[in-house]
Amino acid sequence: MDKLPLHIVRRPELDRVFGLLRDNGYTLIGPTRRDGVIQYSEIRSLADLPVGYSDRQGPGSYELVKSETPRCFGFVHGADSWKRFLFPPKRRVFGASRQAGPQAPFDIDDLRSPPPAYAFVGVRACEIAAISILDRVIGSELLDPYYRQARDKMFVLAVNCIEPGGTCFCVSMNTGPRVTRSFDLCLTELGEEFGVEIGSERGAALFKQLTSRPATAAEKELFRLLLERASERMGRHLETEGLPEVLRKSVESPRWQAIASRCLACGNCTMVCPTCFCYNVVDSTDLKCRKAERWRYWDSCFTLEFSYLGPTSVRYEISSRYRQWMMHKLAWWHDQFGTSGCVGCGRCITWCPVGIDITAEASGFRETAPPRAVPATPQQAMPS
Amino acid sequence: MNIPGPLSQKPRLAVYKFSSCDGCQLQILELEDELLELAGEIEIAYFLEARRQALPGPYDIGLVEGSISTPAEERLIRQARKDCKVLVSIGACATAGGIQALRNWADIDEYKKRIYPRPEWVATLDVASPIAGYVYIDFELRGCPVNKRQLVEVLSALLAQRRPHLPTYSLCIECKRAGIPCVMVARKTPCLGPITQAGCGAICPKFNRGCYGCFGPAETPNIAALGRFFQEERNVSRPAMVRMLRSFNGYLEPFKTSSDDYEQCIQP
Ligand code: SF4
Ligand code: SF4
Ligand code: SF4
Ligand code: SF4
Repeated sequence: MDKLPLHIVRRPELDRVFGLLRDNGYTLIGPTRRDGVIQYSEIRSLADLPVGYSDRQGPGSYELVKSETPRCFGFVHGADSWKRFLFPPKRRVFGASRQAGPQAPFDIDDLRSPPPAYAFVGVRACEIAAISILDRVIGSELLDPYYRQARDKMFVLAVNCIEPGGTCFCVSMNTGPRVTRSFDLCLTELGEEFGVEIGSERGAALFKQLTSRPATAAEKELFRLLLERASERMGRHLETEGLPEVLRKSVESPRWQAIASRCLACGNCTMVCPTCFCYNVVDSTDLKCRKAERWRYWDSCFTLEFSYLGPTSVRYEISSRYRQWMMHKLAWWHDQFGTSGCVGCGRCITWCPVGIDITAEASGFRETAPPRAVPATPQQAMPS
Repeated sequence: MNIPGPLSQKPRLAVYKFSSCDGCQLQILELEDELLELAGEIEIAYFLEARRQALPGPYDIGLVEGSISTPAEERLIRQARKDCKVLVSIGACATAGGIQALRNWADIDEYKKRIYPRPEWVATLDVASPIAGYVYIDFELRGCPVNKRQLVEVLSALLAQRRPHLPTYSLCIECKRAGIPCVMVARKTPCLGPITQAGCGAICPKFNRGCYGCFGPAETPNIAALGRFFQEERNVSRPAMVRMLRSFNGYLEPFKTSSDDYEQCIQP
């Protein structure tokens, strides 16, 4: 731990960081208190942060409370994830217009406005893991240029979680609570001061302009203890050992029906999940039939339209839609992208209106004897 | 929606009103930006709320507001079906019976006696019904009132001879795209969003209220699950469940049967 390259800056230095980032053309997005929850939105200074607030999260419940310690980041991640900025929920893809009737030529306006250079403030370890999952999914395969540009430009001012939330299980998913990769600067709140780690050249260049001092041995020890304690205080746990196999063997389990008797198929879980990437593309025309537009919207495997194949939706039963969600997150994602689709952020648990808990439901399948084995991937199940 | 055969060169529009509050017709008048464009593309032949002059049918597109609750209305809707190539019911009254369908659970003669000095002069059917209870409807536009954007989408689609794209999934999807924190979770406010069809833009959650369900049931509403949660976790009583389901769309299935079940204690 002594070799830990930890620096100490005083709290007001954070305003310097914000100022320097803004001078460098960054749009600052960070945690704010809006509508009674922590939400990521544009910030300008330290004063915009929900200083002294802390969140209490549980299945289907969220509460923001004043805490005794006036910490800057005394809550976990926001209600929404950074996905909203990198992969916006509604985006105009292009438009087409023509002056006259059906035979006239038309112009395409491909107004792909480039994304701003975002500086994300207060990014947690699980969120960094989620972004690196999105990188694999939309950053390369589907080549979403907007995502790619936003992603390449973004500055990550990360924060280590020292007080995990009631629905967090990043330790189970091996994604936190300590930030170890893909960040520019990482803060850890040590009392009234911040421990700072440098994660990139950009981060180092910015850090050089701050007033700092090296951390003492005692401060490094405190840092270590805080993160160790955080790991031990996870709100939830998910045993991942062999889980994909357990789930694959449970495709026909009656448990899916049991979950479906509580699940509303509302889609909240997929919308708030930082790695769910499904979208729909919708075309529209105007009254004169002179202008057409193509829009992209976040979609969810909980809608019927999502699974329309031929004349009907192939996942009519809510049980089959819940199964798609959980199997994709925890089993098929491994086959598809080489990782789990879940980073253990707990949002789907907190923001499920009826509090369905993916960790409890997934563990439940370990208890039921697998009725019969099915092939490893849906692809393999197809006749060759 | 069935995509109709070719419409006239300048399609003729009729807007009908039955038992209703005129709110949905007002949404047409409030289109502002699009209204001029619309008037350029179609001939507004019959729209009493907008102009006194009524041109005779046949019409290409008929928009129908209101529910059928009198014998005269029944005759008129049957005629409207004959006069229009495409008939679209707009708003909760036309698609579900609306607020006035609440009387379907009450004794109408009792109402008449209490309200009117000469009840025998009031000609009324036994129940107030959605339009689809009487004639074939090509498309339904939900909401109390309908959403202007959805109205433009349906008209644009009809004029372009394409399918309109209107969601049937839950309001939650729209609510979450808009970045509104869930009122069920953050405020413990009962919200009908999970069983209600999207389309309004999540107006109520945006103002920190629960959804009242004015867009009617979503594609596969799990009413039993939400109802159980409301009763067990949110102290919503059975009678309150009945009232929540029986508002704008109470006479539309599956809200209707569920509300009956809650009333008769069949629903868990
Ligand atoms: S599945 Fe749930 S816990 Fe896992 S990353 Fe998605 S929202 Fe977070
Ligand atoms: S869980 Fe559903 S919404 Fe999420 S990525 Fe998978 S298929 Fe898409
Ligand atoms: S698990 Fe919860 S959030 Fe997800 S669809 Fe079901 S009820 Fe909605
Ligand atoms: S506020 Fe209502 S509509 Fe919005 S997500 Fe929550 S339950 Fe759904």
